Amino acid sequence: MNTSILVFDAVSFHYPTNHKQVLEGLTLSLPQGAVSAILGPNGAGKTTLLHLALGWLKPQSGRILLHGRPLESYARRELGRQFGLVPQNEQISFEYTLLEYVLLGRAPYLSPLQMPTAQDCHLALHALEQVGLAEQANRSILKLSGGERQLVLLARALVQQPGLILMDEPTAHLDLGNKRRLLDILHILLSKGISVVLTTHEPDFAAAIASYLVLINDGRVFEAGTLAEVFTSDKITSLYRTSVKIIDVDGRKLVNWTAA
Amino acid sequence: MSGLIEGRAAGRQTSQGWLWGLAGALVVLFGLALLAGRYPTPGLMSLSQLNGDELAMRLFLNLRLPRLLTAMLLGMSLASAGLVFQMLFNNPLIEPGFLGVSQGAAFGAAFCIVFLGSNALAVQGVAAVFALVGLMLSYLLARRIRYGGWVLRLVLAGIAVSALFSSGLGVLKYLADPLTQLPEITFWLLGGLSGIVWARFLSILPAVWIGLSVLFLFRWRLNILALSDEAAFSLGTTPRRERLLLLTMAVLATAAVVSVAGMVGWVGLIVPHLARRMFGADARLALPAAMLLGGGFSILCDTLARTLLSGEIPLGILTAFFGAATFVILMTSRGFRLER
Repeated sequence: MNTSILVFDAVSFHYPTNHKQVLEGLTLSLPQGAVSAILGPNGAGKTTLLHLALGWLKPQSGRILLHGRPLESYARRELGRQFGLVPQNEQISFEYTLLEYVLLGRAPYLSPLQMPTAQDCHLALHALEQVGLAEQANRSILKLSGGERQLVLLARALVQQPGLILMDEPTAHLDLGNKRRLLDILHILLSKGISVVLTTHEPDFAAAIASYLVLINDGRVFEAGTLAEVFTSDKITSLYRTSVKIIDVDGRKLVNWTAA
Repeated sequence: MSGLIEGRAAGRQTSQGWLWGLAGALVVLFGLALLAGRYPTPGLMSLSQLNGDELAMRLFLNLRLPRLLTAMLLGMSLASAGLVFQMLFNNPLIEPGFLGVSQGAAFGAAFCIVFLGSNALAVQGVAAVFALVGLMLSYLLARRIRYGGWVLRLVLAGIAVSALFSSGLGVLKYLADPLTQLPEITFWLLGGLSGIVWARFLSILPAVWIGLSVLFLFRWRLNILALSDEAAFSLGTTPRRERLLLLTMAVLATAAVVSVAGMVGWVGLIVPHLARRMFGADARLALPAAMLLGGGFSILCDTLARTLLSGEIPLGILTAFFGAATFVILMTSRGFRLER
């Protein structure tokens, strides 16, 4: 595997209001220029891990390195240009147009008092084009389906022109067509050298795109490695504590979880 | 795609054109309101009447002009503070009454009337101080609440602090002399601009100017600070610090105007809705639109307050009446939006 973009070094974390450790001595190294998928049962600490990677949460002990540099050595706006975040669901209460919403992704390139320029507008439209929504740039975001909204959030992350995109459960609201579209977009990102870290509850989706898998459980890395190393019947079975079988269909790995 | 950009640019220009139109309408409304009144006869005064009558001129320059300017600042401040609160709490149904600001100011005013005398400047100052105390208490309490996310914690703290001030106000009303102090407290709570002279207008101008200028400068940034904590953070902002700055500015302007005008409700709730319906959610246009519409709305209400009857109608009653009526219409009608 090539060099690491993001390294977790013995990271422990608990929320200030709750002393239960969410992550405990987690050590992890995610490869650059690849899609890494984080799999784990509900409550395993996947979203917390993403928020730590973002710098939004600070670990009580351990270090997180981005490009070999500690996260806290980056300035706020600099981090905004390194990462794009695609949250699982974002509460939107106001009728923004898609373009206005995607344009917010330009913030890391503007000082607090600067207004976006025509050039920023151009980039935002281009990002909307990449997710296939450019024709609807002036439509209200509240009129979109959950899946289309997810694509708008991805466009907002793209407009940040980051080297790494963090996605929290990107497939949660997507139908099959949109899932396929997301897969195509991820391939385009890979071809441009953008790294992606995503959490997912769908092992099949992870197997379809990720080249590096991290299985976490109870705040610890249960298993991490390439798809071939980690995506086996035994390991997925013990991760989810339910009997599953990995089957090969036309060279693709799929999870058969309904078999007895 | 270039067609789309051009279309988009044209749309923005149209919207900006509407904004300038709104500013023009506000100037015209201001001019008409200056000439409207009950002296020498009810209705509009002509310019020749104004020139020929020294008393009319003095009335015009020393009473109506500062009063209308204050009315304009009042509407602008309440409307922009309302928009800022709604955006930062990601909740279109709140106004500066949250976070203990209004109740704090009301308690402060009553406290001053009962214990420190009813000197206008003192009432104003104490009301402003307690409005800020309300915000600070809400903020400090929110940090200690061990339930929910930051926004929910702030709102819960605001409700608790408001209730505290409100019960304190009840005690003060009970203690107040029913013949002298109580009517004064009641009148202040109803809201009005009848006592405004130049000195009072000038006393609030710096706070309002600073508050509104900062909000105006940060208007695009507001859109980002309206996102969730992690999303705003991922876009390179320091959400908590920047939100606190903007909330403080909104409260500063609100506390200043409330301290001279008393409790004037509904402007902060209804005007931002109107502005967003007309200009879209992006605060680059919605914030200046809310300022202009808010200024116009309170000039209109105040002019009616002083001209409809021979005695003055409390401003808060009129804004509540028109505000509630507009609210019902807005909430039940299909969305209207200017061509963008």
